Amino acid sequence: MAYFIELISGTKSLFIGMGITIKEFFKPVVTLQYPHESLQMTARFRGHIELIRNLETGGNNCVVCGMCQKACPSNCITVDGEKREGVKGKVLTLYTLDFTKCSLCGMCVESCKFSAIQFSKDYNLAGPSRAAYVFDLLKRLEEQK
Amino acid sequence: MTNEIIRLLAFLVGIIAFAALNAAYLVWVERKGAAHFQRRIGPKEVGPYGLLQPLADGAKLMSKQLLVPDGVDPILFKIAPLMVLVPAIMSFVTIPFGEHLAARNVDIGLLMVFAFASINVLGLLLGSWGSANKYAVIAAARVISQNIAYEIPMLLTAIALVMATNTMNLNEMVGLQAGGFWHWNLIKLTFTASPLTPIAFLIFFTTMLAETNRAPFDMAEAESELVAGSFTEYSGMGFGVFFMGEYANIVIGAALTTILFLGGWQSPLPFLPNSVVWFLIKMYAIIFTVVWIRWTFPRTQFYALLNLSWKVLIPISLVNLIVTAGWLKVF
Repeated sequence: MAYFIELISGTKSLFIGMGITIKEFFKPVVTLQYPHESLQMTARFRGHIELIRNLETGGNNCVVCGMCQKACPSNCITVDGEKREGVKGKVLTLYTLDFTKCSLCGMCVESCKFSAIQFSKDYNLAGPSRAAYVFDLLKRLEEQK
Repeated sequence: MTNEIIRLLAFLVGIIAFAALNAAYLVWVERKGAAHFQRRIGPKEVGPYGLLQPLADGAKLMSKQLLVPDGVDPILFKIAPLMVLVPAIMSFVTIPFGEHLAARNVDIGLLMVFAFASINVLGLLLGSWGSANKYAVIAAARVISQNIAYEIPMLLTAIALVMATNTMNLNEMVGLQAGGFWHWNLIKLTFTASPLTPIAFLIFFTTMLAETNRAPFDMAEAESELVAGSFTEYSGMGFGVFFMGEYANIVIGAALTTILFLGGWQSPLPFLPNSVVWFLIKMYAIIFTVVWIRWTFPRTQFYALLNLSWKVLIPISLVNLIVTAGWLKVF
């Protein structure tokens, strides 16, 4: 008798399984067609840092105080600026990030008192050499226009 | 005489084209089916809906080197893929696609299909033995015991049907199921078939999966355990031909299930005309079910597989045979 009970319940479970998969078959797909579409990263996603655009001037907010450079535990950041005629404060001339060493700890973003840097939403990074990961953030800001 | 030769040539070309097209596009169906069961899209880059994917796959397989490793039996190694593909194509000869659409209306058609279907296993065995690879030999041993175990219930259910219909001619068998879906052998509401026929259908379908080495009974391949089972040493089109044979066998299995249980080319409702379209609809529905099962159930363990056959399918199909005999005697 146990033989028949097992047989019937076993057969029933097979049909239940098939019922579950056929329901999944008609549901919409959940995958993303990656090269054609890419995912919008969430608000708290940490990509490499980038300069924030000042919407009034179109440039950056950086005053070249160098706090981010000092805060970085891996020495990824190099900042340089110069004094210009008729401009108050220093002007940023160089902002490079060596992303090969960056651990995305966020100390630079925290240390910045002028809202000059933030985490970007870039995640699909690929490059042929290490040099490709030394980002010139000033150039990047310009290219984004 | 010339008409007969032209007719045979037309059927020869047609059958080979049908088998090859099915083999190519069932791979596409399989991949699309697998994808949608897992809520993916599947092949979509090559042509609209990925429809040219089989051509790309074919071109890739053909452009690959046919590697014959050292130490293999050169003759057996090369003959084996053909021994899987050719019998499958031969079986198409007796399959009645429509009322007058069969290459040869053989009186022992059912027997012939079973006879050719058994050669498939021999091909796998020879190929595995010829490749002198331990994984292939283990796969071959499994396939042989699996096929011996599953051939018995398959033939027992078929015999029960032959007893009820009194013919082995596939076309006549379809003809006896005329007049709407309630006359099909699956749920025949007349007193000519035994009441156990739906169970016989389940047994036949299960054994069909096992005979064609489909998941969950894919002991011949068993990627996770045996690399690629019998096909381990095959590369390029050697592997491709094996695969075509596998899919041709699935088509044969589905066609046979359609003919034996689902009324072949008979229309499901009496006022609709009979046509080859019904046959194809039923056949592809069965093939879809085969794909559906593959992406639902994991591979069975080997001893569970043999237990299922010897302890469940064979006793029940024997009971079915006896009940059918008694039923025919009484009514």
